[in-house]
Amino acid sequence: METPVLQAIDINKYFLDPVRFRVLTDISFSISRGSFVSITGKSGCGKSTLLYILSTMDTDYEGELILDNESLRQKDNAELAVIRNQKIGFVFQFHYLIEEFNVLKNVMLPAMKLGRYSTEAIEQKAMQHLKTLGIDDQALKNASQLSGGQKQRVAIARAMINDPLIIMGDEPTGNLDKKNSDIVFGIFKDICLENKQTILVVTHDPDFAKRADRIIVMEDGTIIP
Amino acid sequence: MKTGLLLNIALALLMARLKQSVVAAAGVTFGIAMFIALISFMTGLNKMLDNLIINRTPHIRLYNAITPSKTQPVNRAADFAGFKNFILSVKPKDEGKQLYNASRIIKAIREDDRVIDVAPKISTTVFFNSGTIQLSGIIDGVDVDLEQKLFHLNDNIIEGTIADLAVVSNSIIIGKGLADKLIVKIGDVIQVTTPDADIAKLKIVGIVQFGIAEVDDVQSFTSLQTAQKLQGKPASYITDIQVKLKNIALAPALAKEYARLFDVDATDVQTANAQFETGTTVRNTIAYSVSVTLLIVAGFGIYNILNMLIYEKMDAIAILKATGFSGKDVKAIFIQLSMVLGVVGGVIGIILGYCLSLIISHIPFQTSALPTIKTYPVNFEITYYLIGISFALITTYLAGLFPARKAAKIDPVVIIRGK
Repeated sequence: METPVLQAIDINKYFLDPVRFRVLTDISFSISRGSFVSITGKSGCGKSTLLYILSTMDTDYEGELILDNESLRQKDNAELAVIRNQKIGFVFQFHYLIEEFNVLKNVMLPAMKLGRYSTEAIEQKAMQHLKTLGIDDQALKNASQLSGGQKQRVAIARAMINDPLIIMGDEPTGNLDKKNSDIVFGIFKDICLENKQTILVVTHDPDFAKRADRIIVMEDGTIIP
Repeated sequence: MKTGLLLNIALALLMARLKQSVVAAAGVTFGIAMFIALISFMTGLNKMLDNLIINRTPHIRLYNAITPSKTQPVNRAADFAGFKNFILSVKPKDEGKQLYNASRIIKAIREDDRVIDVAPKISTTVFFNSGTIQLSGIIDGVDVDLEQKLFHLNDNIIEGTIADLAVVSNSIIIGKGLADKLIVKIGDVIQVTTPDADIAKLKIVGIVQFGIAEVDDVQSFTSLQTAQKLQGKPASYITDIQVKLKNIALAPALAKEYARLFDVDATDVQTANAQFETGTTVRNTIAYSVSVTLLIVAGFGIYNILNMLIYEKMDAIAILKATGFSGKDVKAIFIQLSMVLGVVGGVIGIILGYCLSLIISHIPFQTSALPTIKTYPVNFEITYYLIGISFALITTYLAGLFPARKAAKIDPVVIIRGK
């Protein structure tokens, strides 16, 4: 059997402020390579919190997290930064591009940080991704000049630049209209099918969730089987 | 490659808020420029004031003081031992003011490598005759070359030059006040009467001005040979030996050493001008405290602006961290950002500081104490420029360090969730 790309074992998470409150209770699941998984549930059920833990950005949790056969529990912040850089791509609800740079530079940044290829090669690759996503004509515009849908596609291009194992999305279609949502979903689907990259998306859009290969439904900090 | 990337990001962040960055850099520039201009100007003035005294005063002066005999007869009487005896009946011996073996002493001191040079002097009081009135005055017989080398007498000679003393025989340079009273000018001949009632005629080759009326009214200079001739003394006759040291701080110790070694009296410049030392210290303290305050104020300005910048860039920091930049990278970005401001602001600051100093050094400034000085004195010492640029770099580094550490600690989740 193929080893899962991401495995969560008995994840527990507490919020301490204002009172100790258990947000996640014994979350265990695994995601196999190349699958398109959505996590869904009502607001406040802990799905975003879970995603931040899975994304290694939140390290304050109990339990075990294994990404690509590597345990992430014992790693320090610098090592986690390297893992985020190489193996995880992010797409957020609010697109989060760096306004000081143009679109192309935004896409190139993670790859330049990784430093595996020359700047020219990275630029070429970034343009390739932008082209696939149909926004190569916007490459030299400033991030602030783009529409919401375009920004989200730039963010996806940035998430893909280092060929990560897994792309995570936190409500990536949260404030996009139906048309743009469909475009984004289509892109995710293509990535999943063509590149055999894993997609993990948190959403409370039932349409979006339903179209994924696998749906994980959460309620009150637990997974409903 | 990687550091290049971080610097690249830092520059992009700076360029995005160009106006703010320019203001921050201008803060550094202004601080450094003002520091350099002020310290150069203040130390220039201080140096000039110091030179008024230091240039004119020998660091050590060797002479024969006229003192009463130390062992008075009453002290020898056993009956009065232990009493406070104040009957001093034995007058000072007529040894004159001559220093014995002066040429040997001069030679010995000149070989001491703590010494710049030694100049002999003959000091005598005279009367200048003007009609029926006699004005009392002092004639210093000096070695023309050494006097100029050690005491820069030419700086105070408003007409003529000290070299003429050596060229024209029986010549004299007299004080401005004296010349005004006697109504004489260069080329005139004046008549002087020595303490031994000899009368001599001397030709005026220069007018000297120190800016102190008491001195200008009595002081005059002639050559060693003329002074010896005037008093009918042989060529070995010297009353003072003036020593200039490489390090003025050694003067008190060396004065004691020479006094013991050559069995003469010696005073050092610190003892002779105690009030001058205090003045210098006070002036320097003021100069440095003002300058340091300026630099610290500039430093706080940079700190504030960087702090604001980091709050504005929270989103960018969160993105950088989410996409794999570590806390260390983010910290490096903000420190580099700060240092860019420091380097640019600092370099422009020292250039501007130099220009300001240059302008100050061209502002007219007349003082009767130093007739040869026409503009404000400015001290163009490289040290101040080095201090300025180092301070710019250190403050911007520190001002950047604290906000940068804050940025490094920011948890991206807090920002992303906060939206």
